[in-house]
Amino acid sequence: MDIAQNFFELFSIEPQFDVDTQQLSERYRALQREYHPDRHAHKGDREQRMAVQATAHLNQAYQTLKEPLQRAQYLLHLQGIETGEDNRRQLPGSFLMQQMELRESLFEVGNKSDPFAALEALEVEARQLETTGFSDFKAAFSSMDFALAEVCVRKLQFVSKLLKEIEAAEDRLDEED
Amino acid sequence: MALLQIAEPGLSLDPHQRKIAVGIDLGTTNSLVASVRNGVAETLAGADGEHILPSVVHYSSDSAPIVGRLAEAKATADPYNTIQSIKRLMGRSASDALQLGDHLPYKFAPSEGGMPYLQTAAGDLSPVQISAEILRSLVTRAEARLGAELEGAVITVPAYFDDAQRQATKDAAQIAGLKVLRLLNEPTAAAVAYGLDQQDKGVVAVYDLGGGTFDISVLRLTQGVFEVLATGGDSALGGDDFDHVLAEWMMECSTYHAYDASSSRELLALARSVKEQLTSTREVSVRLPLSGETLNISRDQFNSLIQPLVSKTIRACRRAVKDAGIELGDIQDVVMVGGSTRVPLVQTKVGDFFGRAPHIDIDPDRVVAVGAALQADILAGNKPDSALLLLDVLPLSLGLETMGGLVEKVIHRNTAIPVARAQEFTTYQDGQTAMLVHVLQGERELVDHCRSLARFELRGIPPMAAGAAKIRVAFQVDADGLLNVSAKELSTGVESAVQVKPSYGLSDNEITRMLQESYSKAAEDRESRSLREQQVEAERLVGALRSAIAADGEALLSDQELKDLEAEINVLISLSEGTSAAAIEAGVDHLAQVSDFFASRRMDRSIQSALQGQRVDQLDKERG
Repeated sequence: MDIAQNFFELFSIEPQFDVDTQQLSERYRALQREYHPDRHAHKGDREQRMAVQATAHLNQAYQTLKEPLQRAQYLLHLQGIETGEDNRRQLPGSFLMQQMELRESLFEVGNKSDPFAALEALEVEARQLETTGFSDFKAAFSSMDFALAEVCVRKLQFVSKLLKEIEAAEDRLDEED
Repeated sequence: MALLQIAEPGLSLDPHQRKIAVGIDLGTTNSLVASVRNGVAETLAGADGEHILPSVVHYSSDSAPIVGRLAEAKATADPYNTIQSIKRLMGRSASDALQLGDHLPYKFAPSEGGMPYLQTAAGDLSPVQISAEILRSLVTRAEARLGAELEGAVITVPAYFDDAQRQATKDAAQIAGLKVLRLLNEPTAAAVAYGLDQQDKGVVAVYDLGGGTFDISVLRLTQGVFEVLATGGDSALGGDDFDHVLAEWMMECSTYHAYDASSSRELLALARSVKEQLTSTREVSVRLPLSGETLNISRDQFNSLIQPLVSKTIRACRRAVKDAGIELGDIQDVVMVGGSTRVPLVQTKVGDFFGRAPHIDIDPDRVVAVGAALQADILAGNKPDSALLLLDVLPLSLGLETMGGLVEKVIHRNTAIPVARAQEFTTYQDGQTAMLVHVLQGERELVDHCRSLARFELRGIPPMAAGAAKIRVAFQVDADGLLNVSAKELSTGVESAVQVKPSYGLSDNEITRMLQESYSKAAEDRESRSLREQQVEAERLVGALRSAIAADGEALLSDQELKDLEAEINVLISLSEGTSAAAIEAGVDHLAQVSDFFASRRMDRSIQSALQGQRVDQLDKERG
């Protein structure tokens, strides 16, 4: 396996946001069949180590392209734009305001008469933001407006974090149940 | 004379023999070993004809440990030397062990490290050594059955086992002298065994409730590829806990309250038997030990006792389905594994949750070992064309401690393995030259709530302003789910790497020591056995000579001969009081030689006396 290849090249697919996930997973399994350590179990230590490295790379590539947010981040990375946590460029005030409000409602969920329903309503709202975010990203990226695409991704990072927190809150409620 | 090799029918003696690899289910309550023979994977029976080996080890001060049913029989009479459910303590710290072990009659030895040691008649032993004893017993069984030395084994572990628990399992195999071809997750093994590979495509859930652990795995099958989408569970929840809640309830119902180690074992065994009976009957009547009271227990009562535990497993199922990124309706099959899935409430609740009747048609005790055997056969290189491929995931997130006692996750749970990931950190003080890398596993945000796996220091960072140094910490998880961590300061290339030896694990030195001990123990065992054999041989010879002298000494030996022979006998007697088997053996040979003339004379005499003075018809009668 050529580790220098980018993830899209590895799976022989076009470097764009829309990905045929079924095709992606088929290629993933085909590559696993070839490289997985279990397919080289009776060979020497060196082959074993290489197999582990190759599949680790393959797994990372697959996970990156499978998850829409990671895929978007990776597309920008290939354009030389890093969207990691360190990058704290200012997002529009209105967006940050909205995020704060959503987060506040998340904290208050526990006081609601039906916390599960309140959580679900929040999740629906966040999912909607996510959908809009991805279609905005797709439009910006395909028209090569990478600055706008970056803003979209960083908004999506906020939304993704919020969704994780909603999920964690749900788990906690479940525990108390 | 050349020894003839005798093959078991059906086993080939082809010089290009198959490599013998087995699958081992090292369970909390029971263990099994299985292998593929003539294309069929099957569990192997022990000398007693039983396939299931109870995971119980009995230790005594003067003989080798006993494993299995015979050990189990000693649980009540000798509770502290009869170790049960040791899997619950694998990879646990001493303080975890105290908590988990509070209703198990273990005696913990004070230990220097974090690892718990159990006090037994054979000394203080770690859970790893005790597990190694069970593995050894299974290896002996397999080698006896298969007539060959093992190439290696696939050992199954609960999918939800963390790094420390996996490492402990691998260490146990090492101490038992067994090569681990792969640590395989139990639900994945079960899915393979269920012959689900024959199914072309689909999503299945495997619900695995064993004696001490619970796993739920969601897998996608595609033409022989088993891709685990998500896994969840609880590595300290199982049928044992059903026994405990029932035993506690029985204790509360009783007027007798002074249960000691031995009687609480008895109560626990009683609870287990009640649990088992309640799978087929609706009510059981028992006599409590000591108090002799009679107690009626209905299935409904039992169900209400275990309800909270069963609900906990259902919550884990819900989370796993969510983590898998699928809808409940996408699941085509639900497979039940582990002895505890025989409990009716478990079957009902799982069926209700998934909205379909779970598969309970294969013996839930054997299915995991069988799946492991199939994987072992492939890993040994016996089936190069097999389409079977198992892609598993990391069950619990891995991370590092950051400022304020928080955990920064580096690899999230349910990431496909093998996986490598690196994260960069920086110094927080001006001129900081060393950095403590603390590796943790778990889903919680605070260090205190996660499992501490390892700590190591990266030293020699050049003094720089706070935040200027860049330290790259790389995590690598292999196909066994085991972690390696390395750290590197990027501007100078200062490097430090650790194979994650869990904070509660055994160090390499400890393993080497235990290995040596087990070798020398084995040698000791062999030595003491042959010493005993030679002593018996010497006794036998001395006894025979003495009775011969008493009968015929006067008639057949001169005074000098008698004296010499007595002296030779005494030499052997004193030799056999020593500890050298070889010396005794030589002494036995010597005495046999020097007493040979006496034996010949007696033989001649008995023939003569038989022929003289007796009539031929008498002789014939005696012979007939």
